[in-house]
Amino acid sequence: MSAGEATAVDLLGAPEDARTWEPVCRLHDLEVEGGAAVLVRGEAVAVFRTHDDRVFALSNYDPYARASVLSRGIVGTKGGAGNGAGEERPFVASPMHKQAFDLRTGQCLDDATVRVPAYAVRVADGTVLVGPLREHTDGAAQGASAEAADEGG
Amino acid sequence: MAHLRKTLVVVGHGMVGHRFTQAAIERGLTETYDVVVVGAEPRPAYDRVALTSFFEVGADALSLLPEGEYDDPRVRLVTGVEAVGLDRDARTVSLSDGSELAYDELVLATGAAPFVPPVPGHDLPGCFVYRTIEDLEAIREAAGSARVGAVVGGGLLGLEAANALAQLGLETHVVEMAPRLMAVQVDDAGGATLRRHIESLGLTVHTGAMTSAVVERDGRAAGLELKDADPVEAEVVVFSAGIRPRDQLARTAGLEVAERGGVLVDEQCRSSDRHVWAIGECAAPAGRMYGLVAPGYTMAEVVVDALLGGPGAFTGADMSTKLKLLGVDVASFGDAFAATEGALELVFADAVAGVYKKLVVSDDGKRLLGGVLVGDASAYGLLRPMVSSGIELPENPEGLILPAARASAGSATDAMPDEAVVCSCNNVTKGDILDRVARDDEPCADAACVTKCSRAGSTCGSCKPVVKKLVEDHFAAVGKVVDKSLCEHFPLTRQELFEVVAVHGYTRFDDIVAGHGRGRGCDICKPAVASILASQLNGHVLDKDTRTLQDTNDAFLANIQKNGTYSVVPRIPGGEITPEKLIVIGEVARDFDLYTKITGGQRIDLFGARVEQLPAIWRRLVDAGFESGHAYGKSLRTVKSCVGSTWCRYGVQDSVQLAIDLELRYRGLRSPHKLKGGVSGCARECAEARAKDFGVIATEKGWNLYVAGNGGANPAHARLLAGDLDTETLVRYLDRFLMYYIRTADRLQRTAAWVDSLDGGLDRVREVVVDDALGLGTELEEAMARHVDTYFDEWKATLDDPDKLARFVSFLNAPDVPDPHISFTTERDQVRPAEPDGPVVLGTTIGVGAPVGSGVAR
Repeated sequence: MSAGEATAVDLLGAPEDARTWEPVCRLHDLEVEGGAAVLVRGEAVAVFRTHDDRVFALSNYDPYARASVLSRGIVGTKGGAGNGAGEERPFVASPMHKQAFDLRTGQCLDDATVRVPAYAVRVADGTVLVGPLREHTDGAAQGASAEAADEGG
Repeated sequence: MAHLRKTLVVVGHGMVGHRFTQAAIERGLTETYDVVVVGAEPRPAYDRVALTSFFEVGADALSLLPEGEYDDPRVRLVTGVEAVGLDRDARTVSLSDGSELAYDELVLATGAAPFVPPVPGHDLPGCFVYRTIEDLEAIREAAGSARVGAVVGGGLLGLEAANALAQLGLETHVVEMAPRLMAVQVDDAGGATLRRHIESLGLTVHTGAMTSAVVERDGRAAGLELKDADPVEAEVVVFSAGIRPRDQLARTAGLEVAERGGVLVDEQCRSSDRHVWAIGECAAPAGRMYGLVAPGYTMAEVVVDALLGGPGAFTGADMSTKLKLLGVDVASFGDAFAATEGALELVFADAVAGVYKKLVVSDDGKRLLGGVLVGDASAYGLLRPMVSSGIELPENPEGLILPAARASAGSATDAMPDEAVVCSCNNVTKGDILDRVARDDEPCADAACVTKCSRAGSTCGSCKPVVKKLVEDHFAAVGKVVDKSLCEHFPLTRQELFEVVAVHGYTRFDDIVAGHGRGRGCDICKPAVASILASQLNGHVLDKDTRTLQDTNDAFLANIQKNGTYSVVPRIPGGEITPEKLIVIGEVARDFDLYTKITGGQRIDLFGARVEQLPAIWRRLVDAGFESGHAYGKSLRTVKSCVGSTWCRYGVQDSVQLAIDLELRYRGLRSPHKLKGGVSGCARECAEARAKDFGVIATEKGWNLYVAGNGGANPAHARLLAGDLDTETLVRYLDRFLMYYIRTADRLQRTAAWVDSLDGGLDRVREVVVDDALGLGTELEEAMARHVDTYFDEWKATLDDPDKLARFVSFLNAPDVPDPHISFTTERDQVRPAEPDGPVVLGTTIGVGAPVGSGVAR
């Protein structure tokens, strides 16, 4: 086992360590308006990069399809200027049955009672780091702005 | 109990006999009656109204019962047998094959026979009538060795016959006794306009000309002798001077007949014998016979109703007519000759354009009484119901027939009362149509659905624009805009978007959404744009600019399954495969432990591949000579074939070769929905080609091309587009058909729904594809040629490109760790997905952590 793997495994058992940030990939590994699955502390996490270069992370598990697939969904926006009331919401559509999930909160946009876990994300020196699970009340959560943090990446 | 079941015998299987039988099944008459239908013609009922198109489309396309039997075991159809005797006391009908049928109720639907004037020589070889497919076949045969043809009769049927002769390449004369053409339907000025149209097509018209004899030469017809005019030379003579009811069976059995022929029946269509009924052209309700199909249909419904104890009655019919003769629209409705006292005429005539329109209005100018339209009958669907409903005319009624009168159409449909009959063929009122869209229980969402459910517009189609208008107005009125926008990001239909992309030459979604949309797109518009770009540019779907637009299937060039794994389908063109290749597929399936199943499209589906396994699986397949089967794309899937003339003792053409050629020609073609094809080597149709978007069936002379079929939830039989084609013409028509579909269909609209959505339906497709009415033929063919020339195997191209391959990993930061959510059990000796328990967290025994490969390590 490499040192890196050992470190990650060590993280699993300790709750306080779950607050730490784990580097998962380079920003340029993520396509604009694309997603990718990464493994964070043993869990499958979907990281997404939007058109304005923000990065978001949700659990990769689609509760409707009961399969680990959300990273393979199409990324887009709903609402916003010219598209009815409300702000523009970045979302991913499940590749299985097309339910939409808000990238910021994991809230299902087709069913107010369903939400997938959302993770904190930041981008530092061109590296994407996934942090702890976000609290559910964190409705206005914003993704990590890559523009600001991507210097030297 | 069986002995309580009664027997209903229907004599005659024309359009009306067929409609009666259909209605008997649909309305439950077969719950109490066994039905026997006897038809004298060798084939089941066909669309006699469209008989003229027989030479273009063949007998199959005209059939009203392509399956040859009814989908109700209590109905038996016997064709090629004539009813020759009726014993009303014994209640039996004797048939030409010597057998006898007992009945409890008898329905006569024997139709009419052409009237042949008893002039000398009328029965010479070379003389024909125009009524059945057999008549047309005989005329076609005779036309082969003839130069000139003459039709006796310049009415509706005569002009149809003239059209047929002209289609067969004969120099054609029309001889009409009356001073104008279509004397029953149109006035002098309308007749003159019609005559100019017909003469401009190269036909010669003789009006006011009475045929006194058929000229004989060498025992055959050689021309017509005319009273007070020069004779007409012609080797083919067609009598089409009217019809007479076929009431012989009723006459000999002693039933009352009308003075001018036809079985005399009451309002319920019951004859003077209470167990005998008559419908259609052989019947004479109140002494009058009706030579149109719509009154016949009404009579059929009335008798079914009566047999069920209902109150239906036939009280006369709208004799309005609209048809296209020799490419000219002609319509006549209501009081076309201003016979009503004080009636006024409003006339619009444009001699240059060959348009003549006349409205007959009441003396106060408030009611429309009738009219004549020649050259442009587009207003017919709107005007005819105005007559029957008696609604008040707008202030300036001439606006209804002036060329730029579109605006007044809206108010006219608004003013129509609910009881106004919109579809006279099927007796559907405005109220019926509105009920279809407004009802709570399964309302119709569009005009096509209304036509399907109510039959409005399903026979002659002339009222379709009005149906559409009514439906759209209804939705607009209730505030439900029939929004044809693709999604919230594009206020365009797919067709409009297709054109926008083509006109601007866009290659990137970003430019398209910036220029013509809003927001950043979604799972609806992105794959639609990806498909449009692929259709136009034929680039790789995983190229940088289009990769993120793809649905997951296209994104991984495989089909996602319920547990997040994918299935793999290599192309097996035409279903033909060598044993060596078959073994390779077996070895790959075995080595990667893939569930293996034969598909309906004659190929092999390998299930259970993880994303990260796909490149290795395809490396093996590509090395063995396989290529992508595009099972994952909205694109051509397969062209299924039977084994054809190479092996089959019945085959008449090499269906396998054609299927392979077509599959290789259209492989990789991105389209609004998946596309499937089939080729059968003979009429036995073992390839089930008519269940495909395009189906080809071999004939002795070439290929019949069927289009717009599919299986699935809403199965549709493909319909004949063109018959007896050589291979080159077949491919040309197919190129045009497919490209026309790709350009104009809605997203996820299969060919059957697309054809139905076009104004004019299959006829419109035929005009564009076969007749090249839009002049698009070459452009469509060139677009297809570009596709064929630029095709490449996208799986091989993916394997050759590390950048595209980089995405085929389970986890970006742990590409060697399989996704723990995917697990299998075994069933019938193969893997199957295990039931999921919920999100899985990897245990400490599996190493994870620092990114590998393209990860963060610098």
